[in-house]
Amino acid sequence: MNEIEKIGNQTLSPLGRVGEGLLSIKNLKAEIEGKKILNGINLEVKAGEVHAIMGPNGAGKSTLSAVLAGRADYDVTEGSVTLDGKDLLDMSAEDRAREGVFLAFQYPIEIPGVSTTNFLKTAVNEKRKYQGLEPMEATDFLKLMRQKMEFVEMDKSLTSRSLNEGFSGGEKKRNEIFQMAMLEPKLSILDETDSGLDIDALRLVSEGVNKLRSKDNAYIVITHYQRLLDYIVPDFVHVLYKGRIVKSGDASLAKELELKGYDWIKAEVEASM
Amino acid sequence: MSENQEVDIIDEVISQDYKYGFSTDIEMETAPMGLSEEIVRFISAKKNEPEWLLEWRLKAYRYWLTLKEPTWQNFSYPKVNYQDIIFYAAPKQKITLDSLDQVDPELLKTFEKLGISLTEQKRLTGVAVDAVFDSVSIATTFKDQLKEKGVIFCAISEAVHEHPELVRKYLGSVVPATDNYYAALNSAVFSDGSFVYIPKGVRCPMELSTYFRINAENTGQFERTLIIADDNSYVSYLEGCTAPMRDENQLHAAVVELVTHNHAEIKYSTVQNWYPGDKEGKGGIYNFVTKRGICEGSHSKISWTQVETGSAITWKYPSCILKGDYSTGEFFSVAVTNNHQLADTGTKMVHIGKHTKSRIVSKGISAGKSHNTYRGLVKVNKKAEKSRNHTQCDSMLIGDRSGAHTFPYIEVNNNTSQVEHEASTSKIGEDQLFYCNQRGIGTEEAIGLIVNGFCKEVLNQLPMEFAVEAQKLLAVSLEGSVG
Ligand SMILES: Nc1ncnc2c1ncn2[C@@H]1O[C@H](COP(=O)(O)OP(=O)(O)OP(=O)(O)O)[C@@H](O)[C@H]1O
Ligand SMILES: [Mg+2]
Repeated sequence: MNEIEKIGNQTLSPLGRVGEGLLSIKNLKAEIEGKKILNGINLEVKAGEVHAIMGPNGAGKSTLSAVLAGRADYDVTEGSVTLDGKDLLDMSAEDRAREGVFLAFQYPIEIPGVSTTNFLKTAVNEKRKYQGLEPMEATDFLKLMRQKMEFVEMDKSLTSRSLNEGFSGGEKKRNEIFQMAMLEPKLSILDETDSGLDIDALRLVSEGVNKLRSKDNAYIVITHYQRLLDYIVPDFVHVLYKGRIVKSGDASLAKELELKGYDWIKAEVEASM
Repeated sequence: MSENQEVDIIDEVISQDYKYGFSTDIEMETAPMGLSEEIVRFISAKKNEPEWLLEWRLKAYRYWLTLKEPTWQNFSYPKVNYQDIIFYAAPKQKITLDSLDQVDPELLKTFEKLGISLTEQKRLTGVAVDAVFDSVSIATTFKDQLKEKGVIFCAISEAVHEHPELVRKYLGSVVPATDNYYAALNSAVFSDGSFVYIPKGVRCPMELSTYFRINAENTGQFERTLIIADDNSYVSYLEGCTAPMRDENQLHAAVVELVTHNHAEIKYSTVQNWYPGDKEGKGGIYNFVTKRGICEGSHSKISWTQVETGSAITWKYPSCILKGDYSTGEFFSVAVTNNHQLADTGTKMVHIGKHTKSRIVSKGISAGKSHNTYRGLVKVNKKAEKSRNHTQCDSMLIGDRSGAHTFPYIEVNNNTSQVEHEASTSKIGEDQLFYCNQRGIGTEEAIGLIVNGFCKEVLNQLPMEFAVEAQKLLAVSLEGSVG
């Protein structure tokens, strides 16, 4: 198995280096409190691409996103991750963010007394500082806010309220995408951003993401439902199961899963072990 | 305050320790070490005081001798040896100053360094300042402008001579010399402090502020502040303080008395930043202060706002006696403790008049190995019909070696009054920090952000420029609190 993986990597990696390789995950293994959760993930994401990750509950999807974002609770026991050729695992969570990694949380966190505006102003300026830039002028910042708020048709009143406090589930998710728009990341990981959104909000948020897509950035979209992928059409679909990517395909794979569920894949995996 | 500023502050706070820890080298005149009747006489003579005040001091001193240091607080500390303290220290210079030109440039520089400009034309904002250096008031700004309105703002030692009838009438009227151990001590040896009188119907045209600086070694600071707001008047007053870093503990035992008459209001804000000691808990100020206001008149109001970030030990309960009918007392507090700091603070609201109202908002933040105690008393007398109190007491813990304690005492003696108490304890969660980190905000800045959010309700009470100062302080005093 290990041999095959290695061969797989070798065949994939030259492609990744063609020039637009953005994220490269190799044999990533991670555990928490001694419990192995990621068991050797390999994934190459190029700029301009959208990768969907699907898989049953508890497969390790959120864990993968947390490990990529640098959550300290997880121990990475093996493997490597690079972003634009830089060793991501070696960086603090804040530096990863400043380098352009954005995670839209499955469960966004509340911070009482801190407005979204203030929070984002801090975040934007921390990133600028990292890039050796001056803090943004207040007026420029507010202009940027207004512009990006339109992307997701975010209600203005939300930005002056305490961050996520008392926000409805859908408002929280929308706020995540709004923040993403503000921070203009290279790699965005959307962890079940669609769950909790009503039909109109789902369309809005997806359209927002589509507008932000460019040849320079990439998306990893974690979802359970084809619905989202009707709007944000992925270039690749991967199935994560027991901490491994066990199947990859194009957009049609998601449709197949929608019809058939995961049992057939689980059966395939068990059979090959 | 604008969002812009809030963020600038967080930006500005780069890793640094107590930045006011320098000391000024200046020729001083000091009393001999220790405390005795002789010393009390010495201080009184230095200030050229009238006989009645000397007698008042001596009475307080004799009473103090009969007292024992209180022991009911929720912490212990090495005993203070009163014979090792210098009770009077003053920069050598002429006692009365006609203009700032006569102030020692070293002193002006010291205050400039602390961000307090005593040269009026240099001040952008209309805040009048009284600067107290060790035992004496150095300068009071904007005196003439205030005088036009009839506002008196001067050193209390000056008021003793210029306005003896007012001082004699009100000194000790709210906090009698016999009130407690430290009040008695202060009454015996108080050196200087500020005196404010706002005449009837006057809204004080600018913020008044006193800046206290302990400089000399082995000294204690015992200042006395007295503020009187006559009928229908209003004043907002702010007190700030710092001290050099020294290895030994220094005692600060101040007394503050406030009096409001009918329909008058005093807003008293403190940003307390005495030297807290080093990371191992060595040195730092013992901040044992008695602060009390009386709402003498009906519909009058006293509002205490405090941001306590400094001192090795803070032990104080700014209180309100709500004597006038329909009077209001407020207490807004943020107390931050880090490393080995201890704080036991809160308030007393004593409802005497009918329809009196009080509100308490206390935010305690403990980090490191520190302990932060809220202690509050709400007492509603039998005749204080239809009175109301609302208390909200929130604690935040950073790390798992710090402690938060709450002791609310409630005593209601009639059945038409209403008292409500809410309390909460939270921890800065890993989730919150990770969320901030994920947006590119480092852990120290994230703590600053979260703590400022937690204290927002209280910080909003401060006059704008002091709110900015307070936010910076909060962030600085919590630096290194997460490993
Ligand atoms: N802190 C933790 N301690 C112990 N187990 C954990 C911890 N965090 C995650 N796990 C476990 O790791 C596994 C993967 O969890 P993860 O949240 O990554 O799944 P997921 O694929 O995102 O699932 P879902 O579709 O339900 O969101 C689960 O079995 C979960 O219980
Ligand atoms: Mg998940």
